[in-house]
Amino acid sequence: MAIGNWLARLKSGLSKSSSKLVGGITDILTKKKLDDVALQELEDLLISADLGTATAAKLTQDLSKTRFGKEVTPEEVRTTLADEIAKILEPASLPLSVDPARKPFVVLVVGVNGAGKTTTIGKMAHHWRGEGHSVTLAAGDTFRAAAVEQLKVWGARTNSPVVAKDTGADSAGLAFEALMETRKRGDDVLLIDTAGRLQNKDILMAELQKVVRAIAKVDPTAPHATLLVLDATVGQNAHAQVEVFKQMVGVTGLVMTKLDGTAKGGVVVALAEKFKLPIHYVGVGEAAEDLRPFTSRTFARSLMGLDPEAT
Amino acid sequence: MFDTLTDKLGAALNKLTRRGALTEADVTAAMRDVRVALLEADVALPVVKDFIAKVSEKAVGEAVIKSVTPGQLVVKIVHDELIAMLGGEDAAQGVDLAAPAPVAVLMVGLQGSGKTTTTGKIANRLQNKDRKRVLMVSLDTYRPAAQEQLAILGKQAGVISLPIVAGQQPIDIAKRGLDEARRGGFDVVLFDTAGRLTIDEAMMTEIVALRDIIKPHETLLVTDAMIGQDSVTTATSFNEKIGITGIVLTRVDGDARGGAALSMRAVTGRPIKLIGVGEKIDALDVFSPERIAGRILGMGDVVSLVEKAVANIDQAEAEKAAARMAAGKFDLTDMLSQLQQIQRMGDMKGLLGLIPGMGTAMKQMKGGVDLDPKQFKRLEAIIQSMTPKERRVPDLIKASRKQRIATGSGTTVADVNKLLKQHQQMETMMKRMKKMGGMGALAGMFGGGGAAPGSLPGLPGGLGQRPGGFPFGKR
Ligand SMILES: Nc1nc2c(ncn2[C@@H]2O[C@H](COP(=O)(O)OP(=O)(O)O)[C@@H](O)[C@H]2O)c(=O)[nH]1
Ligand SMILES: [Mg+2]
Repeated sequence: MAIGNWLARLKSGLSKSSSKLVGGITDILTKKKLDDVALQELEDLLISADLGTATAAKLTQDLSKTRFGKEVTPEEVRTTLADEIAKILEPASLPLSVDPARKPFVVLVVGVNGAGKTTTIGKMAHHWRGEGHSVTLAAGDTFRAAAVEQLKVWGARTNSPVVAKDTGADSAGLAFEALMETRKRGDDVLLIDTAGRLQNKDILMAELQKVVRAIAKVDPTAPHATLLVLDATVGQNAHAQVEVFKQMVGVTGLVMTKLDGTAKGGVVVALAEKFKLPIHYVGVGEAAEDLRPFTSRTFARSLMGLDPEAT
Repeated sequence: MFDTLTDKLGAALNKLTRRGALTEADVTAAMRDVRVALLEADVALPVVKDFIAKVSEKAVGEAVIKSVTPGQLVVKIVHDELIAMLGGEDAAQGVDLAAPAPVAVLMVGLQGSGKTTTTGKIANRLQNKDRKRVLMVSLDTYRPAAQEQLAILGKQAGVISLPIVAGQQPIDIAKRGLDEARRGGFDVVLFDTAGRLTIDEAMMTEIVALRDIIKPHETLLVTDAMIGQDSVTTATSFNEKIGITGIVLTRVDGDARGGAALSMRAVTGRPIKLIGVGEKIDALDVFSPERIAGRILGMGDVVSLVEKAVANIDQAEAEKAAARMAAGKFDLTDMLSQLQQIQRMGDMKGLLGLIPGMGTAMKQMKGGVDLDPKQFKRLEAIIQSMTPKERRVPDLIKASRKQRIATGSGTTVADVNKLLKQHQQMETMMKRMKKMGGMGALAGMFGGGGAAPGSLPGLPGGLGQRPGGFPFGKR
């Protein structure tokens, strides 16, 4: 991924989702100076981006401390808010890189149904293949109809072998065998897909813990990364998702998909602060290339409709 | 877990002891909490604002009567208005088929919202329950293996799906589907489509073209219950661009509060027709406004409580227990099995929080409810150190036996006494509940429906008597 190139794509992807937000803020501030009404409207806009009531209130209050009653340009307000959001997200901007000491580097991908797990695996495979790594995929969604076939298509697209069994097979057993096979072949990376599950289904969460135990049986240090995939349209339920998945299977990082739509994914601002988890990637489309590393400043500035590349 | 709205409003309003009418100041104070509750439930902001305005107008001047607190009164007004906005009593029931056969149904929505699974579920319901001849057609040529997924669901449900022709484009597949539906004498033809973003011009142009060819009688927007503020944008755009006739809310078996239901109904004026409540092919229900209203408000939703319990319970075990409880029997073996079931349900606090009034009650009972998992384990160990006969006849357990049990379970005689007392209380409660006729509800909860002697009286959705009795959880 050439840096300039992906920035441009991220910008165009994100600017679609943030244009409404920006329009709103511009409206507010060209109309009046920063008074209580303007602050309330600003808070409302942040809420509309799924930042949640608490985070929106906190950001607005911080802004009012330094700017209340002052004549401020929309650009200034946006920059200040973007800086604040970037500050919150800063510790979360941590790219995921393949640890060469682990062979294979095992990545387990989890999340609720339809979040974009399988597609993200396809994209990550594409990304790491591009960096010259050998990658194996494990079709661990042995539940949903045609999930195995879906991953096989991604395997073919990225030229990565896929370890798979029939639908209905034991997913823990599949993960175990995939790791054995990948290790024998000497591949650098193993990406393990899992069936989507709602975090309040204890039986399914226990099943996922079994997958983790099966992996650790082959390599006690694995999985080396456990990624929770969140869909950008998600609202406040994302808190419960992160909390439960983290507690049950030790999620080590997040991926946010579908940022190419109208949803803003603002809930990650609160999540990053609360759970101290890195956001490794964002998804901005359905093609193999549509994966971007997450960078706080770029995300925050794009969210506020500012040029992500400006210095 | 969230505080219930009732608790929150209680703090603000229950101080008001005077009678008379709610003043504007009372209502304004209460509405701040209502606003936060709705936003936390993912109701979209513009809808929240409208809602608050409407409710405020109704609430101001409302007479506070002796039997309720002002807080309860506000919650009641909010609750009633929510139900009205969600579609009230005349909520639509399922798919409308009142058109000449073959009736075409078009499924649309964002990526990953659950369209394909829902298509399979609707087909299953129409064909296997309503005895219609159904044809399914996948127009999703984009997502890898999407057409195969629908074909497999068809096989599972015994529903015919249009044979896949590799390389054929959506428009041509749609035409072939319509031909086949007419020629084959099908009653209903369901069209599944690719997920799309409303700002994707090419994909929106495609769906308009498909609609013009298919001329659907129903166009159902499928959205997932976890969606946040974007629900209004998505619902409005789909409705404006292609015209939807109804909404299907999926993953209602999750723990999202589902504020999107209110948002989408409000901005499109279209009814929520069906809800998805699990991954199995039969996990589809008609929509009940009461159920979602209670959930959005977080005011002790008994239905959710039952569902949560059912989702995680060992059914065979539970049915046995339910039968025994229905007969008024409750020995220490039953208590052990209940303890194990409760632990399996996981988040006890969350579960108890769903019981009406429990949120407040738990806070008031300082240390009264011990939810420490270790405590459960200890109780379990004590019972496990008893002989089968002792478990059956607890009266046998006298001093020397108590000492043996305490030693065996690594506890003290005092612990054993405490457990025996708890068992006695539970047994008394069971007997009393049986007398009061409340047994149906309780047994329904633990029995997952199948073995329940009565269904849950007055609850929407008839959860206590769901056929099969085990709608969620296992797969
Ligand atoms: N527009 C867009 N669609 C995505 C993105 N990531 C995944 N999807 C789509 O979301 C749907 C569900 O994705 P899938 O990977 O099958 O989800 P899973 O059930 O979590 O494995 C598919 O239609 C994907 O093409 C993204 O970043 N942008
Ligand atoms: Mg998948």
